[in-house]
Amino acid sequence: MSDYNFAYLDEQTKRMIRRAILKGLAVPGYQVPFASREMPMPYGWGTGGVQVTAACLVPEDRLKVIDQGADDTTNAVSIRKFFARTAGVATTAHTAEASVIQTRHRIPEVPLSEDQILVYQVPIPEPLRFLEPRETETRRMHALEDYGLMHVKLYEDIARHGAIATAYAYPVRVEGRYVMDPSPIPKFDNPKLSMAAIQLFGAGREQRIYALPPYCDVVSLDFDDFPFDPSKADAPCALCGATHTYLDEVITDDAGGRMFVCSDTDYCAGRQAAGEAAP
Amino acid sequence: MIRIEGVAKTFTLHNQGGAVIEVMRGAALRVAAGECVGLVGASGAGKSTLMRMIWGNYLAAAGRIMVGDVDVAQAAPRGIIALRRETLGYVSQFLRVVPRVPTVDVVAEPLLALGHDEEAARAQARAMLARLNIPQTLWALSPTTFSGGEQQRVNIARGFVHPFPALLLDEPTASLDAANREVVLGLIAAAKARGAAIVGIFHDEDARARVCDRLVDVTAFAPQAA
Amino acid sequence: MTPLLQVRDLGKSYGRHIGCADVSLDLWPGEVMGIVGESGSGKSTLLACMAGHVVPDRGQVIFDTRADGPRDTVSMSEPARRMLGRTDWAFVHQHARDGLRMGVSAGGNVGERLMAVGARHYGDIRATATDWLGRVEIDAGRIDDRPATFSGGMQQRLQIARNLVTGPRLVFMDEPTGGLDVSVQARLLDLLRGLVRRMGLSAVIVTHDLAVVRLLADRLMVMKDGRVVETGLTDQVLDDPQHGYTQLLVSSVLQV
Repeated sequence: MSDYNFAYLDEQTKRMIRRAILKGLAVPGYQVPFASREMPMPYGWGTGGVQVTAACLVPEDRLKVIDQGADDTTNAVSIRKFFARTAGVATTAHTAEASVIQTRHRIPEVPLSEDQILVYQVPIPEPLRFLEPRETETRRMHALEDYGLMHVKLYEDIARHGAIATAYAYPVRVEGRYVMDPSPIPKFDNPKLSMAAIQLFGAGREQRIYALPPYCDVVSLDFDDFPFDPSKADAPCALCGATHTYLDEVITDDAGGRMFVCSDTDYCAGRQAAGEAAP
Repeated sequence: MIRIEGVAKTFTLHNQGGAVIEVMRGAALRVAAGECVGLVGASGAGKSTLMRMIWGNYLAAAGRIMVGDVDVAQAAPRGIIALRRETLGYVSQFLRVVPRVPTVDVVAEPLLALGHDEEAARAQARAMLARLNIPQTLWALSPTTFSGGEQQRVNIARGFVHPFPALLLDEPTASLDAANREVVLGLIAAAKARGAAIVGIFHDEDARARVCDRLVDVTAFAPQAA
Repeated sequence: MTPLLQVRDLGKSYGRHIGCADVSLDLWPGEVMGIVGESGSGKSTLLACMAGHVVPDRGQVIFDTRADGPRDTVSMSEPARRMLGRTDWAFVHQHARDGLRMGVSAGGNVGERLMAVGARHYGDIRATATDWLGRVEIDAGRIDDRPATFSGGMQQRLQIARNLVTGPRLVFMDEPTGGLDVSVQARLLDLLRGLVRRMGLSAVIVTHDLAVVRLLADRLMVMKDGRVVETGLTDQVLDDPQHGYTQLLVSSVLQV
């Protein structure tokens, strides 16, 4: 324990990251550059989220880490262990008990409260990147609210697939100003982006932090005649019977057998414990 | 309608030692509405030069060139553009058009430039082409591939499709057969009858005699004579 | 009537090298102005300065805006200038690749400006894009194809459609027919003439091709070493050039 500063990062670095976080909260949806550090894990494994979490943690915190909704996958387990060892904080799998939740690609099903912080791991923070490769140009486009290109992407979707085929990392407009990539969460989660908790987004490789303060206005981009549709698999959870949750498709055998289960493992387990079961 | 006074023309050849060639001095001409004036004089005497100055194609070195109430010698480019669009027509010996544009559209262009309805303009263009005996099979083709006589008639059609109050005709009957020559002379007579002021160059003496009310010898405007 | 565009004493230097200097001009509604000169004469720099792509060192570019009348676009805020750039102004690049998004379908390319100014109805955007493909003589069946699959002439026509879809009043063109086959050029010239006439467009066309300006431009400006040496009616400048450089330029053209 004494081999590490609290939460691994040194205090100067955490101050630098906190400044970026505060700036991000002050300008919702704006990507704040920060001096991302080398972390003891490869890029793509949540280095951005881990640095943001490290800068937020205090000894009294209780940390939950989820990867695609699950608490028990490799990424979630290793990050949880990382902070249990370097910060000595308590950990939990229960959403309601956690004060800080680091997530990869999901928002928990249970609504979060004002005393919680949700930290997202972000691979590519720039929503305009696939259409405009030049960083200088995308920054100027954000500065000038030059967002026609974002709808071009959706247009291309409809032209090619007959509907907006973007199912995750679905772009949003924040407070009528910045267009933001909500990280690769399913578009099912987009309506939850306006919430009571603080949401922080960290992209380690791309060195960007952005944020949504509580109760922020977040609108998913769409067309009048192709409105945003937060769709999900049309089935109940095979374990808890929930019909209102985001589901993972699980292949069960080599004969094409499959089932749909809640992607939020904690939520599903809670429902099963309370006596809910599949019909 | 057309009033020219004291017009001079010089060419300065900057790339040949700055030689200044004076080709015209003290030119004067008046053409009333409904009148056709023929320019005569030996080849090189300045008939085309004077006509090009009225058209605004050559800059006058001095004098006034009034067409209606516009002084071509002084007018800003956009004044001349408006004059050419509405008032002053020009049938030159050369056809300069965008390649591949159908003949009917080439002829309709003066009307389209005036904002006429496209279909009505084409209908008028077709009527004019028919009148000038351009075979209907050619109307949809570009005139760039036509024979000299056909190109000439396309040029004439363009010049007469809109009733310009003033017209410049440079050898309008030069390469035409007898029948088409009659058609063109008829068009000129009709233009005069509706009140057009016409300045023409005709090498065809018989045609000149039939349509011109007066002749002006441009040799009188040569610098050495002045 | 007010000129649509008034350029006053525009100048841009690159260190000691003059890009363009002391350029003034008025462009009236519906007028097409050609700018000719050889490579390095400053005509492209001038166009870039007028269109707001390059910030001039000196001078004004006053545009008669729909809302506020004549305003200097050089000192205008960048958002306002960009808004002009996607509404009342258009810019046709010599190379279609510079003016198109090669990874986006033809329909998306045409629709982008509409969406940039707030169009949010997919069906309407697509209908407008289809209409414009027709106007530039591209088969509507190609609407979902990417421009990379188009010929050079089609790409250039697509670029023009993409630019004109918002009904601009002023079009800047940089060698619009350069690099195209002569026969393709002719079709493009005819298309441009028709669009200019039907839409009442004003245009500034930079080219080194005197045949192109003779057919497209009402007025001509001749540039040499960054400065304007002669202006006037296009046919007058070409047939009765006054400046020695213009005389040289005109006499150097191969006659066909």
